[in-house]
Amino acid sequence: MLGRTLQEVSAALKQGQITPVELCQKCLSLIKKTKFLNAYITISEEVALKQAEESEKRYKKGHSLGALDGIPVAVKDNFSTSGIETTCASNMLKGYVPPYNATVVQRLLDQGAVLMGKTNLDEFAMGSGSTDGVFGPVKNPWSYSKQYREKRKQKSHGENEDSNWLITGGSSGGSAAAVSAFTCFAALGSDTGGSTRNPAAHCGIVGFKPSYGLVSRHGLIPLVNSMDVPGILTRCVDDAATVLGVLAGHDPKDSTTIQDPGKPFMLSSLTDVSKLCIGIPKEYIVPELSSEVRSFWSKAANLFESEGAKVIEVSLPHTSYSIVCYHVLCTSEVASNMARFDGLEYGHRCDIDVSTEAMYAATRREGFNDVVRGRILAGNFFLLKENYANYFIKAQKVRRLIANDFVNVFNSGVDVLLTPTTLSEAVPYLEFIKEDNRTRSAQDDIFTQAVNMAGLPAVSVPVALSNQGLPVGLQFIGRAFCDQQLLTVAKWFEKQVQFPVIHLQELMDDCSSVFEIEKLASVSLKQ
Amino acid sequence: MAAPMLRGCCLGRCWALACIDSGSRHGRGAATGFTSSGKRGQSFVAQQPLLTAQKSRKGEHKWAAVVGLEIHAQIASNSKLFSGSQVHFAAPPNSLVSFFDASLPGTLPVLNRRCVEAAVMTGLALNCHINKKSLFDRKHYFYADLPAGYQITQQRLPIAVNGSLAYSVCVGKKWRQVITKTVRIKQIQLEQDSGKSLHDELRSQTLIDLNRAEGQLRVDANISVHHPGEPLGVRTEVKNLNSARFLARAIDYEIQRQINELENGCEILNETRSFDYKLGCTVPMRDKEGKQDYRFMPEPNLPPLLLYDTASLPAGADPQQVINIDRIREQLPELPSETREKLIQQYGILPEHSFALLNEVGLLEFFQNVIKETRAEPKKVTSWVLNIFLGFLKQRNLAVNESPVTPSVLAELLNLLDRKVISSAAAKQVFEELWRSKGKTPSQIVSEKKLELMQDEEALERVCHTVMEGHPQVVMDMKRGNPRAINKLIGLVRKVTHNRADPTVIKEILEKQLSS
Repeated sequence: MLGRTLQEVSAALKQGQITPVELCQKCLSLIKKTKFLNAYITISEEVALKQAEESEKRYKKGHSLGALDGIPVAVKDNFSTSGIETTCASNMLKGYVPPYNATVVQRLLDQGAVLMGKTNLDEFAMGSGSTDGVFGPVKNPWSYSKQYREKRKQKSHGENEDSNWLITGGSSGGSAAAVSAFTCFAALGSDTGGSTRNPAAHCGIVGFKPSYGLVSRHGLIPLVNSMDVPGILTRCVDDAATVLGVLAGHDPKDSTTIQDPGKPFMLSSLTDVSKLCIGIPKEYIVPELSSEVRSFWSKAANLFESEGAKVIEVSLPHTSYSIVCYHVLCTSEVASNMARFDGLEYGHRCDIDVSTEAMYAATRREGFNDVVRGRILAGNFFLLKENYANYFIKAQKVRRLIANDFVNVFNSGVDVLLTPTTLSEAVPYLEFIKEDNRTRSAQDDIFTQAVNMAGLPAVSVPVALSNQGLPVGLQFIGRAFCDQQLLTVAKWFEKQVQFPVIHLQELMDDCSSVFEIEKLASVSLKQ
Repeated sequence: MAAPMLRGCCLGRCWALACIDSGSRHGRGAATGFTSSGKRGQSFVAQQPLLTAQKSRKGEHKWAAVVGLEIHAQIASNSKLFSGSQVHFAAPPNSLVSFFDASLPGTLPVLNRRCVEAAVMTGLALNCHINKKSLFDRKHYFYADLPAGYQITQQRLPIAVNGSLAYSVCVGKKWRQVITKTVRIKQIQLEQDSGKSLHDELRSQTLIDLNRAEGQLRVDANISVHHPGEPLGVRTEVKNLNSARFLARAIDYEIQRQINELENGCEILNETRSFDYKLGCTVPMRDKEGKQDYRFMPEPNLPPLLLYDTASLPAGADPQQVINIDRIREQLPELPSETREKLIQQYGILPEHSFALLNEVGLLEFFQNVIKETRAEPKKVTSWVLNIFLGFLKQRNLAVNESPVTPSVLAELLNLLDRKVISSAAAKQVFEELWRSKGKTPSQIVSEKKLELMQDEEALERVCHTVMEGHPQVVMDMKRGNPRAINKLIGLVRKVTHNRADPTVIKEILEKQLSS
């Protein structure tokens, strides 16, 4: 049951094959068994069971709320959850319990979703590995998959397997691991430069970043306000559309959300792609791209072409400036957004009380890790009066050029862009930490982050397993606010590639339900 | 960290209005732009030229002062500029604080429509150019009463710019001469207020109140002096002035201080100063680590604020989602200068009285309501309203709307006076009584206290006769031609009649009896 997609399990709940409480308990039990993955920071067991009971009552009365009623979900720990600790994986917010729900959390709860817990991340979502949080790194469930282990045995390096676990990618690695390891059916991530799509690709699931302004940011503890978007992680594209339908729409508490009333996101099954034009940005063919990912990418392009779609090479000429530009804009907003963490109203406060200034300094020294402090320092430098025009203003101009690149491509008749999501499959933790956070972020965001500059919708869809038996994802980028069209194309592609399901039997051999995964994600419900 | 004075004594959702003065001038005059929009009465300060005289005495060239004001005014709205929490004067500390006001992580600002409308209306009233597109910025500094670590303001592209305010000043003997001056308005910007810090030196604690919106008005004055024809001098900023009187005193003091410093060969430092209310002087503020770099950046959570006029309004736009400048212009009330002109034209009252009527909240309306219901002369009404009525209010520290005497009651009293039912002295007595015994009409009081003028002329003649007989010396004086003697007799007669006799009638009778 746990291996099913959200839509499937929703149907099972409706048909009474399982009750919300049973489902919740199964998930809780699996969360405990997979605790070593470090996917969750907080497990909200009591709240979850209570919500499941409420849901069960509704089902019994025949008044269930919709597709999400009784469905276990997880939320990244940078979304405010009323009464549930929200830490951003930082010492600064350890013990902070928000008095309100983020709009997206509230919308999930209003639809009867059951909140299993808060998932792990890089501190304040600054990172691309989910390795730099105060609660430790998240382990990629694929490290323990039959597929990966068998490949490793073939190579028989004889290394200590336990020390060779893989990173999830990030910063929403906890959410990706939680969905990938079947502990919930959907999870919220956040996406500022690729933080939802990157771990989705590494964990073999769907990671969707909606158009900026489509989904409310109220309650999302910000990284970069002008780029942050709540992200959705699910096991299939249809599920992402279902969740989007619940989350999307104007929020009076977020002035950057669009006014248009939200429409339900029901995806039609595309049968004919011959009217589609797929763009392949030539600037995304970079030397660092692994040959395997590159080959999956071209296979995907060929697939579209062979099914009648028009596939053309396009140019996004300012792509190479994107990372540097992002660095300036991101750190500047970070410097500003982090100013509120001063130890006065909430969160960590140091013991020093010689003066308020000394208290600020020590609190922030103790509360933030090196990555956060480094970005604050850089951002404040860029915002100084003498530097503002040379850095911030120029970066804003470059951002406009990057956004215009996309506008030009879409105006030329391209419907959707097809790119890799990451340079390669997930790497072992020990390998990953050889480079610092900044270098890694710059490398790992390369295909994802320009999308955030332009506010466009993008989705990472798992394609196939690499030679090492690890998932590889490809990214589709759509026109602003054409999220539905984008997901429709992604759904067609997903159906064609039939990405294999993760086999976690060895890992959880006493968890019989997981064996049901044989008939899982690749089987889509016909409705 | 302890600042020498309370910061942010006002304005939750407020706009700041920066007037840059029209250039150099002798003496002061900066305070007047403030007073004409001020809320307190009698704050219309007379201009006292104070600098030029002293300068010529020293035999050096004259000094000119340049003054620019940054005025922080609270908008009369029900909720704060960026949050839905309410605004109440004197609410318990931290009782009106939303999650946004406390800067809880993840909260976002939402612009209050009413505040935008108020800013546009102010811009129109001050002859500003209204920017159809304006932007919000973050201004960063660390302070305990600034929980976000930044303040949202409009630094780069404010909502209104380039305005002017013409105002009149009364000068000369008895302030009968009215001259008109103009100040330039550089910009009007919507700005979020910081909280309020209360420093408890005894326990070395700082207490923070995030209610904000506590004060109505706060002014920072930028002041410099220079010799005319030479470049402008180095300026100082005197912060947190919260009354017109202190503003004027602070500016006067600062100008004088700068002149003294310069004439003694010293330099003026570009610094922030505060005004010591008790000592009447400005002192340097303990500045937060010297020069601040506010690291301005665009506020990413608020899209550009777009305003429309009837011509540019998009077809089919939801009226709730757009602000039409032309609509607001239609709603603009009559401006004080027009009102004053009308008063002078319509009722023939003196210019200085027209100022007085407008300087007290509600007084003009009170005056007009009295006029509507009385046959008394407008001049009479003006005199009663400005002298007697306002005097009573001031003595008891009451606002016009707190007065127990309503316009119709005063009108009735003035009618009695006009019809000569009572004397003017008796009218004052009735007025005092009205203040004490709420609910009684003037007529009731007149009949209870028997204050009607004696209509029985024979009886009055008898009283006059008796008084003359009782004071032969005064009568003698009068016969000898002492003009004051008759007044004494009139007074005596009035006393006997308990102010119920008309002095002019008494005078006639006395004169008749003397000559007979």
